[in-house]
Amino acid sequence: MGMFSSKKGKEMPAISTASLPDIIFMLLFFFMVVTVLRDAELKVNVNTPAASELTKLEKKSLVNYIYVGRPMKKWQATYGTSPQIQLGDKFSSVEEIPLFLENHKITVPEVQRPGITSSLKVDGSVTMGIVSDVKTALRKANQLKVNYSAKPQSN
Amino acid sequence: MGRRKPPEINASSMADIAFLLLIFFLVTTTIVEDKGVLVKLPPWSEEPPEIQKMNTRNVYSVLVNAENQLLVRGEPTSIETLRENTKVFISNPQKLENMAEDPRKAIVSLRNDRGTNYETYLTVYNELKAAYNELRDELANRRHGKDFEFLNRDQRDKIRSELPLVISEAEPTNFGEEN
Repeated sequence: MGMFSSKKGKEMPAISTASLPDIIFMLLFFFMVVTVLRDAELKVNVNTPAASELTKLEKKSLVNYIYVGRPMKKWQATYGTSPQIQLGDKFSSVEEIPLFLENHKITVPEVQRPGITSSLKVDGSVTMGIVSDVKTALRKANQLKVNYSAKPQSN
Repeated sequence: MGRRKPPEINASSMADIAFLLLIFFLVTTTIVEDKGVLVKLPPWSEEPPEIQKMNTRNVYSVLVNAENQLLVRGEPTSIETLRENTKVFISNPQKLENMAEDPRKAIVSLRNDRGTNYETYLTVYNELKAAYNELRDELANRRHGKDFEFLNRDQRDKIRSELPLVISEAEPTNFGEEN
């Protein structure tokens, strides 16, 4: 008989939520660490072609990005519609590539420098003329590891 | 006077704040994967390269013009057949007179125009690379029963030296550059 009446006196203790913030903070820190806030705002349209023989670029800090494409709408008034090179966050010319590479190189420890890769993010509709100029500039600057950025092929 | 215990600060909203931040970072995070076709450019030299006498049977010349058309060993070809043809040329299963004597001696010579579309260029390059990768895979399967990428370093180096990927790129022609 007493079994049922005892229900009122012994309530389930409330589950402490005090550690919930800790768990959430842990997740938060994880995402804060893995987030790379995109440092360069794209000013050219880049739609890379598709390819099947892809290599993944592992070490982000060893990669420098060179964008080639036609300027976006809001920049067309100043830069026209012909393909342009973007280094970092500004429009550049081929002559500025060596300095750009050098600026990136000094941020890399000396032992890792042979692993530096240039990632060419080139729009598919661009003609090879400007790409050849970039390639020549890279060769002259002795930056020979190049990755033509591409999308995986969807079959 | 009886000292009152200071009231406990209610920390239950802490989780909400943390959640808010968490969601912000979840939304802004883009785990971008950068993938692409890895190439090694030849070093620059001021002098024009010496003309190496190559046996024409070992050279697989691929020309891409400003109209994005392909000329492979003097004949117009489509991109779709390029991979298969390249594989046949390099491996030369029937030991034909006009194809590579040996995969080690084969050279792929790629030349484009300044007016060639980048997309076409990359597709062609990709197909040539794919031909080599497929040949390496086939050899690896025949010899070790698994794909090239699962082999150990020695086995890979051995196969790589037997099927060296040599794509030589000439200075592009300039007939149809547009801007």
